[in-house]
Amino acid sequence: MHPAPSLILFTVLSGLGFGLLVWLGLGLRAPTGVAAFVLFGLGYGLAGAGLLASAFHLGHPERALLAFTQWRTSWLSREAVLACAALLVMAPHAAGAVFFATPLPVFGWLGAVLALATIFATAMIYTQIRAVPRWHHWSTPPVFLFAGLAGGALLAGSPRLSLVLMLALGAAMATHWLMGDGRFAQAGSTMGSATQLGGPGQVRLLEPPHTGRNYLLREMVHVVGRKHAHKLRLIALGLGAVLPAALLLLPAGHVVIGLALIAHVTGIAAQRWLFFAEAEHVVGLYYGQR
Amino acid sequence: MTALPEKTDRKLGLVIDLDTCVGCHACVISCKGWNTENYGAPLSDLDAYGADPEGTFLNRIHSFEVTPPDAPPMVVHFPKSCLHCEDAPCVTVCPTGASYKRAEDGIVLVNEDACIGCGLCAWACPYGAREMDGAEKVMKKCTLCVDRIYNESLPEVDREPVCVRTCPAGARHFGDLGDPDSDVSQLVAARGGVDLMPEQGTKPVNKYLPPRPRDRLSATPPPLTQSADTPQASGFLGWLDRALERL
Repeated sequence: MHPAPSLILFTVLSGLGFGLLVWLGLGLRAPTGVAAFVLFGLGYGLAGAGLLASAFHLGHPERALLAFTQWRTSWLSREAVLACAALLVMAPHAAGAVFFATPLPVFGWLGAVLALATIFATAMIYTQIRAVPRWHHWSTPPVFLFAGLAGGALLAGSPRLSLVLMLALGAAMATHWLMGDGRFAQAGSTMGSATQLGGPGQVRLLEPPHTGRNYLLREMVHVVGRKHAHKLRLIALGLGAVLPAALLLLPAGHVVIGLALIAHVTGIAAQRWLFFAEAEHVVGLYYGQR
Repeated sequence: MTALPEKTDRKLGLVIDLDTCVGCHACVISCKGWNTENYGAPLSDLDAYGADPEGTFLNRIHSFEVTPPDAPPMVVHFPKSCLHCEDAPCVTVCPTGASYKRAEDGIVLVNEDACIGCGLCAWACPYGAREMDGAEKVMKKCTLCVDRIYNESLPEVDREPVCVRTCPAGARHFGDLGDPDSDVSQLVAARGGVDLMPEQGTKPVNKYLPPRPRDRLSATPPPLTQSADTPQASGFLGWLDRALERL
């Protein structure tokens, strides 16, 4: 699949923002005044920036409000509804903490649940797609959830919790890769099943339907960069989870947390790029590719 | 709502005969023509006269080579367009309700005025039946020529999808695949029509008729009727032959 920068930016930033809001809502840190302004501002800013980045991906952003209507069937619509609900419900809690030094935990808890559900809905947009076997698996949502929660705990300034979550994130990423490698074969789609010509013999593409590129090839048959998959996995695992975890073993301070954050965000960006670039869509079979 | 209908009254769709298709691409061109001039946004071409031309098409012909273990390869031309699946994954993922499947005839359509161009439906389709138009930025797909099949201002003979009407080989058939007595259903039954990628669980309405077995050459070629020796000419030609031989 095509690793669109807007989608990578969206999933990384909004995951981090909603992850932070989960912990602020649960009262892991209960800052007031300026500290609360900075932390809640960061949470709202990252979540909002992510949503804005995702709007750049749309062909007709002016109709984006319609995306709130189909929550009964569509995970994309659910994500939009949950994201706005989380930001709205959390608002009294955040405003109470910033301006009146009195957080409102009920709104915080409810907002935290909605923020976590938002990250889950983001993951489900990809997990639901059966035509991309690597994504269509239970190992996909844990990667998004642990990335958001681990990064959020780091931003909230909770090194202990973040350390544990970073290790869980590393395990989730490794599981997703290892199980993902066999998914295309398990799905059972081949050129033979795609054309139903496999019975009589071996099938190969003789002539593609068009000489140039098209939307399908650009979006779904992205083969560039797959050759570096192994190196990128090591970078994603190392920078995204292992190095931050190692740094968090050191005595906590702003420098350590800052370095861990930079490594984590870089690693997760690499992981997201690979998440799209490595995923093979079954439509490639009609083009003799994967 | 982008929920799929529990059941549709009819299942309109195509039956494509892979034995008969000659790969002329006439259906591709007629489809592009009709759907550029009629329903919805036109199908654009980008950089049409430049180095990197590309365009939006609702129907494309792939050509495959099938090599049986004990026979020479054969070429199979393979038209592919929306299969109007009963369990269409493209419909339920749509966040805006722009994608829908009609309860009355099972046609899967896009309401372009509600399409935000997110592209998720194209990702959800295993067959590559949906393409985002490069100029209009809305999702385009086969409408089964919904603006022809019910169009009473057209002569009755033209009230079928334009690809079916155009096909010079008679490789494309249109009808109600939900009615077991319809011509298309009987054709599917007689020829062993199949679903593409059944493992994807989409339950496509369109069916493909597999190529019939080809004639096989027997192992030893039949003997030639004439002797391999050059026949002897007689008369004038014989004299000429002998005279030239002597030179």
